[in-house]
Amino acid sequence: MTHPAPIPGGPLIRTRDLCKIYSLQDGTGDDTVDTQVLFDVSLAIDRGEFVAIMGHSGSGKSTLMNLLGCLDTPTSGHYWLEGHDIAALSDDDLARVRNRSIGFVFQGFNLLRRMTALDNVAAPLLYAGSTRAQARSRARELLERTGLGRFAAHQPTQLSGGQQQRVAISRALVNNPPLILADEPTGNLDTQTSHEIMAIFEQLNREEGITVVLVTHEDDIAARARRLIRLQDGRVVHDGGIGA
Amino acid sequence: MNPLAIIGEALRALRLNRLRTGLTMLGMIIGVAAVVLMLAVGQGAQTAVNQAISSMGSNLFIVIPGATSSGVLRSGAGGVQTLTMADAQAITHLPSVKATAPLLGSTAQINHGANNWSTSVTGVTPDFFRIRDWPLERGAFFTETDLRAAARAAILGQVSAENLFGTDDPIGRTIRIQNSPFTVVGILAPKGRGLDGNDQDDAVFIPITTGQRQIFGTQFPDTIRFMMIQAVSAEAMDEAEREINQLLRQRHRITEGAENDFTVRNMAAIAAVATGAARIMSITLGSIASISLLVGGIGIMNIMLVSVTERTREIGIRMAIGANRRAILAQFLLEAMVICILGGLIGIALGIGGAWAVSMALDMVVVITLGTVLLAFTFASAVGIFFGFYPAKKAAALRPVEALRYE
Repeated sequence: MTHPAPIPGGPLIRTRDLCKIYSLQDGTGDDTVDTQVLFDVSLAIDRGEFVAIMGHSGSGKSTLMNLLGCLDTPTSGHYWLEGHDIAALSDDDLARVRNRSIGFVFQGFNLLRRMTALDNVAAPLLYAGSTRAQARSRARELLERTGLGRFAAHQPTQLSGGQQQRVAISRALVNNPPLILADEPTGNLDTQTSHEIMAIFEQLNREEGITVVLVTHEDDIAARARRLIRLQDGRVVHDGGIGA
Repeated sequence: MNPLAIIGEALRALRLNRLRTGLTMLGMIIGVAAVVLMLAVGQGAQTAVNQAISSMGSNLFIVIPGATSSGVLRSGAGGVQTLTMADAQAITHLPSVKATAPLLGSTAQINHGANNWSTSVTGVTPDFFRIRDWPLERGAFFTETDLRAAARAAILGQVSAENLFGTDDPIGRTIRIQNSPFTVVGILAPKGRGLDGNDQDDAVFIPITTGQRQIFGTQFPDTIRFMMIQAVSAEAMDEAEREINQLLRQRHRITEGAENDFTVRNMAAIAAVATGAARIMSITLGSIASISLLVGGIGIMNIMLVSVTERTREIGIRMAIGANRRAILAQFLLEAMVICILGGLIGIALGIGGAWAVSMALDMVVVITLGTVLLAFTFASAVGIFFGFYPAKKAAALRPVEALRYE
C-alpha cells in the first residue's frame, strides 16, 4: 500500500474519547492490575497550530503523546491523523505514518549511537526507500539549515546537548512531515539552549506552517506556544489560551 | 529500505563490536573448517579404498588352506598345506573361471652389492600379472618356459627396485635372494597401497616353481600357499564359487558333511565391505563436524539475542523514525548471515589449508570437491538463517513505545 493521501479539510489531529488502560502484573505475578491513565480525551488540532501539553508527572501527557505519535494504540476511542482512522491501519502502515507524517523530537535526543550526525538525519529517508546518496544529500541540506553543517561527520557523543537536539530536529524534518511531536525537548538542556531550541520550533511553525505539539512541564517553555492543553489525572482540564 | 542500505547497516553494526563479532564468527569458522576437513579426509579414505580395490583386479576369489569356521590358522587333516599346483590347474579348466594364479611366498633377504633389502618374495605364474592387471614398466615377464625350467628370474616392484638399485637400471642385473643369484628381467608399474594398507610395490616376484624348489623349501614340492582365481565375469561369481567348492571337495576327497579344508573368499564382497566402511567413516566424520557447526550456530543465536536486548532502545528509535517490522527483521537477520557467510568463507579456506596440511603431514589421501565447498557454504548460510531468525523475529516484534522506554 502507498502512503494514504491526506484527506483535505478537517483538522490535522482529531481524537474522540481516547482511553488508555495499562494492565500490569501485581507483585505476586498471578493477577493483573488495570491502571487507567487516560480518560475520554477528545481534542482537535488544526494545521499550523503550536500546542503545548502540560501536566504533572503521571497526568498522562506522555501516554497521550505516544498515542498521537502512533507509537502506541489506545485501549478505546478513536484517533484520526490527516483524516485517517489510525485504528484501521496495519503495523506497516503505522510505520509509514511515523516515517512520513510525524517528526519526533525526544527529551533524551534518541540519536542512534556511533552513527554520524549526517547518517542519523538520513536514516528516515532510507526507511522511506531513498538511496544512501539521495538521503545524505538531503540530510546535509537540513544540517546546514540548523547551522550544524560542519558537524555532519561527528557522532552524537562528540556533540553538546543543544547540538544533538538540533540533529534530532533535522532528522524529524527530513521527510517534510506536517507534524512535529516534541516530548520535553528542552528537558535535558540549559535555559539558554532551551530558548534557542524553542526559537527553531517557533520559526518552523511560523515560516513553514508545520504543526508543533510539545509536551513540557516548564511554564516558560509552554508560554511560547499559542495554545495550551493541560492534563490532570488523565483528563483534559484546560484547552485554550496560554496563561491558565 | 533498500537492500544495499540494510547490508551496510549490518556491516556497520558488526564493525562496532569487533571482538564480539570475531569470537562469534570463530565458532562458525571452526565449524565450517571442521566440516570441510572431515569431508576431505573421509572422501580421501573412500578414494584410497577404491584405488586399492581397483588395483586388486576384478572378479577375484582367493582360496586359502584351512576352514573358515575354525579360523584360518587351523589346517585341514591332510597336512600343513592342502592346496597344490594340480588344484590350481584343475580350477583353471572350470567353465566360469577365466584364470588361476597359485602363489607361494614369504619375507626374504635380498642383496645387490652392498644394498640389503628385506621384502616379500612371492612365487607366481605369468597369469598372476594378468589377473592383477599389473603391467610392466620395463623389461619382460617370465614365461611358461621359465616356469617349467624353474629359472632364476625376478620381477621387481617399484619400491624394491629403488631400494636395491637406486637410480641404476636393474634390468639384466643380478640380485641374490637368500644367497641364490637371480637375474632381474622386469620392473612393474607402480600399484600403490593395497586394501590391507601395505605398499604393493615393495615386492619381488619369481617363478613359483623356482620358489618351491630353491627358496621356500616346501615340505611337498607341489604345494602352494594360496591361489587367486578370476571369474569370467561379475555375474559368474556365484557360479564360480560353487564350482570351485565342489571341485576342491572332490579333489581333496572330503566326504559329505565334513568340513572344507580350504576357504574360498569372494574379494568383491570384501571390497564391498571396505567401501561400505569407508563410506560410513566419511559420514561419521562429517556428522561429528556438523555438530561443531551446530554449536557455532547456537553461539550466533546467543549473541544475537544479547544484541537484540542491548539494542532495544535503538530498535525503538528506528521504529519511531519509520522502520517497519520487516526492516528490523532484515537488519538483525542480515547481521547473523554476514557472520555466517564471512565465517563460512574463512572456514572453507582454513579447511582446505588444513586438508592440505594433513595430506602433507600424515601422507593421507584427501579429496576436496566443489560439492564439499558448496555444501559447507550452504550449510553455513542455512545456520545463519535458522539461528538468526528467532532473535531477529524477537526484535521485530517489539512494540515501539516499550522499546523506546527501555533503558
